[in-house]
Amino acid sequence: MRDDADHGPAGARIAGDATAADLESLRKHSSVYVYEAPVRIWHWVNAACIMVLIFTGWFIGSPPPSMQIAEATHQFVFGYIRFAHFAAGQILAIGFLGRIYWAFVGNHHARQLFVLPVWSAHWWKEILFELRWYLFLEREPKKYVGHNPLAQTAMFFFMTLGLSFMIVTGFALYSEGLGQGSWMSFFFGWVLTWGGNSQIIHSLHHLGMWAIVVFMIIHIYAAIREDIMSRQSMVSTMISGTRTFKDDRRG
Amino acid sequence: MSQIETFYDVMRRQGITRRSFMKYCSLTAAALGLAPSFVPKIAHAMETKPRTPVIWVHGLECTCCSESFIRSAHPLAKDVVLSMISLDYDDTLMAAAGHQAEAALQETIEKYKGNYILAVEGNPPLNEDGMFCIVGGKPFVEQLRHAAKDAKAIISWGACASYGCVQAAKPNPTRATPVHKVITDKPIIKVPGCPPIAEVMTGVITYMLTFDRLPELDRQGRPAMFYGQRIHDKCYRRPHFDAGQFVEQWDDENARKGYCLYKMGCKGPTTYNACSTVRWNEGVSFPIQSGHGCIGCSEDGFWDQGTFYDRVTDLTQFGVESNADRIGATAAGVVGAGVAAHAAISALKSAQRKSQTKNEDA
Repeated sequence: MRDDADHGPAGARIAGDATAADLESLRKHSSVYVYEAPVRIWHWVNAACIMVLIFTGWFIGSPPPSMQIAEATHQFVFGYIRFAHFAAGQILAIGFLGRIYWAFVGNHHARQLFVLPVWSAHWWKEILFELRWYLFLEREPKKYVGHNPLAQTAMFFFMTLGLSFMIVTGFALYSEGLGQGSWMSFFFGWVLTWGGNSQIIHSLHHLGMWAIVVFMIIHIYAAIREDIMSRQSMVSTMISGTRTFKDDRRG
Repeated sequence: MSQIETFYDVMRRQGITRRSFMKYCSLTAAALGLAPSFVPKIAHAMETKPRTPVIWVHGLECTCCSESFIRSAHPLAKDVVLSMISLDYDDTLMAAAGHQAEAALQETIEKYKGNYILAVEGNPPLNEDGMFCIVGGKPFVEQLRHAAKDAKAIISWGACASYGCVQAAKPNPTRATPVHKVITDKPIIKVPGCPPIAEVMTGVITYMLTFDRLPELDRQGRPAMFYGQRIHDKCYRRPHFDAGQFVEQWDDENARKGYCLYKMGCKGPTTYNACSTVRWNEGVSFPIQSGHGCIGCSEDGFWDQGTFYDRVTDLTQFGVESNADRIGATAAGVVGAGVAAHAAISALKSAQRKSQTKNEDA
């Protein structure tokens, strides 16, 4: 773990994407302010939207048993399920746009979700290190101020690209209801043409849901596991924004 | 082209009264979604314009488009509908056959160079130099290319010409190819469906005659007036969909009550066509009204979308038949089990480490 001693001032060598300002802060405190309020709010709003979208989306594909509450005129059960799905989807989309905006104006760590530093040999080395850590081949994990490179990669593919895919296909499917000539059809209707048959887009959107479920399982497990086993805070960081470190050892 | 009779001449000759003719014009205007002010325009066009010569060729197909077309339920008799256009070549409907028929084709192409409409029913298979479909002793693809060269516009009748339909379903052994992928330099109108609705077919032709231009097309090249909305958007069972009242089994009480067929795999929500408004057989009914879900016959590759009877359909890309839910649930299950195993090993490892440290300390 001494191999990354090639950057940062001596005495505060930290792996990952730590900036000079972080290191300065670390010299005094054993905690760093990483996730600004908009990032944290986005995280939890996004999580809530995804939960709603998964449950309602599941029911849109496989509707609940028929209900006989009233005449069809006065009953809107499936309509409400679809409404919740569409509303959550639009909140998620707006939130995602806001998150992209914050990548430009927020701090250094706010950009981590959107750019994988694939040109950095150091970054690849840390990916390898993280893989070894998860394969129980390393005794001690590293400290990271932001996301570790493996987590960053997962988030980039499942969230940044995955959410974009779900938003684009979701809006394309929603535009079918709004009809041709609507603004949504103008912006997203090409997806349907590209797919040829909107049943294909339905199936892809459905598979995308499962990809997000898979990500959720890994994400929640890794966050809790690292909260316990790593040398830094995880879950509370996404609540308070502050990363605290459990020891003052290097790297 | 003055020697060609106008539509009105033909209709009168066939004993259609002017009153019936005007009725026909207003019904056509209504079918095309035009204002009443367009009725005189349609009448005027029909009275003055020479009939547009049409060459109707048949590739790999089942003739269901022709069958549908001749049943058009306009107020006028079917023979008049056929006479609207000057159908100069149609090997299924024309009296001539063999060399005579092929001579008629050649004559029409030469006489109306650049002015005739080419209607294509079916599609050309391209494998083995097109030998899977021979017309007049030559591969159909050659006839298609020849006739398309001097055509003003091309109408792709039905799912075959528009998308390929059953003969292009995977693995498509003859490489049946939709018309727009063979002829790329002509305006093409796709009128998909298996078959298309008769009134949609005659409506498209009437529009082209009346206004001397192609109807407004959507992104996929279909006339927007008939393919602008899904079956689902105008389905009379839609209130049951929104209410969450579905047919659960073909013979249950809900089926008798006419609930939504969504759970039975109805493809109405993904199918663009006019069935739920224009309906079939003089507006008598359409599949959903008859208690069976839409199979999506006017959509691209509808044979390759898995069963007609599931909402979440099979994805054949995975080699074995499996749908998005089975694939997703399996992936989630495997990942979940992996996570559980990983958690167990993590706990064991750290317990082991703790006891080791204790031993070292001791």
